[in-house]
Amino acid sequence: MTRHVEHVMGTVFSFDVRHDDGRHDDEAGPRVAAALAEAVAWLHHVDAVFSTYKPGSPVSRLGRGEITLADCPPEVADILRMCESVSRLSHGYFTACPGGRLDPSAIVKGWAVDRASVILREAGLPDHCVNGGGDVRLSGAAAPGRTWRVGVAHPLRPGDLAAVVSGHDLAVATSGTAERGAHVLDPHTGRPATELASVTVIGPDLALADAYATGALAMGGAAREWVEGLDGYEAFAVTAAGATWHTSGL
Amino acid sequence: MRRAILAVLATAVGLVLLLSFKPHEMTALAQRPAAVTQGDAGATGGRGEGPGDGSLGRDRDHDDGHDDDDHDEFDDGDGDRLGGGSSGAAGSSGASGAADLTGSWTGPGATAGATSGEKTVTGDSADTRWGPVQVAIVISAGKMAGVKVLDAPANNHRDIRINNEALPILNEEALSARSAQIDTVSGATYTSDGYIRSLQSALDKAGL
Repeated sequence: MTRHVEHVMGTVFSFDVRHDDGRHDDEAGPRVAAALAEAVAWLHHVDAVFSTYKPGSPVSRLGRGEITLADCPPEVADILRMCESVSRLSHGYFTACPGGRLDPSAIVKGWAVDRASVILREAGLPDHCVNGGGDVRLSGAAAPGRTWRVGVAHPLRPGDLAAVVSGHDLAVATSGTAERGAHVLDPHTGRPATELASVTVIGPDLALADAYATGALAMGGAAREWVEGLDGYEAFAVTAAGATWHTSGL
Repeated sequence: MRRAILAVLATAVGLVLLLSFKPHEMTALAQRPAAVTQGDAGATGGRGEGPGDGSLGRDRDHDDGHDDDDHDEFDDGDGDRLGGGSSGAAGSSGASGAADLTGSWTGPGATAGATSGEKTVTGDSADTRWGPVQVAIVISAGKMAGVKVLDAPANNHRDIRINNEALPILNEEALSARSAQIDTVSGATYTSDGYIRSLQSALDKAGL
């Protein structure tokens, strides 16, 4: 097992690579180290392109109208297309411009984690877990015959878990108010969404799960029915009052 | 690349939600058998409850049922330990929640004296949205020593999937709950500062 923690994008990415060479971290093969270095470099690249905190990033400059989409790296257009698609699907509850300012972060982090996972997989490391600030990509198995187990942090009781999701090759994304307050706005009212304390979306793609979770948090209670209609995705939520619900596929 | 990933994902059917599972409750596990033993009287009394009773009050009848903790996966999640009246709001589909029953493991009953010797306790047959589920628990020297699934649904593909995937996991859950065995934590996005006090931070440290 090799673990790596990387501070990037204003949060922390945790890598947990399971490989059976049986050696300690310090002696982990150069293959693992090289793959992790590539994945970490990728995350820093994404940060440089998409950061809304770096005034000189292409996305910041695009948001200020200083450059056009054609001037940006091609992945910016890819992300904005994905944002547009989820925005339509979520009846506007997910938006690439929360508060009127271009900020596709709610989809970028999950997307970056998924690509980092692909880098590890292509390096011959199929069994790993990448956690980007609370959004999780599971790949392969935790150990032969043992699925990964993801605790869902309880939004109202710090340090507790509200649920455990177990599986392999899954994306688990949570959006909630626990860490940064009611930061997700209901775009239709402009007010912070407070009905749900957290929503966890589980499915095949972390970029989409990440965006769906954000849209679902903005939606509130209506998110349950909405996620029921999303093919391949399930949701678990804790309401502000501490009640829980989950969609029928779980 | 996306297609390759999706091809792999198509085989991923093991999606399990185990509600109300808290690491810090592990320390209370030694007390659990006491609750189980206590629940025995209630369990036999509650036996024979007809299927199809999907009323929101159903889970109250199971309140002493020791098996309910193992049925959380079949719960629709309406229950909550805070008791915040969630059932009425969210009970629009399926059986009502049993998650609040996890409270019976750690509630007042859990402090009763543990029994010694080996004993098998058969739980109520619990109606889940997929059909009846019943488990038996073996108690040895006051500790839970085994769980056996007596009855589980087998009607359609989803049920088969649940039998194959979820129930074995449930067994393992009940037996290995002493160690939470969480590999990672999903939660609201933390900042670098927030990470320091996060569960994920503890897991990262523990693995180093």
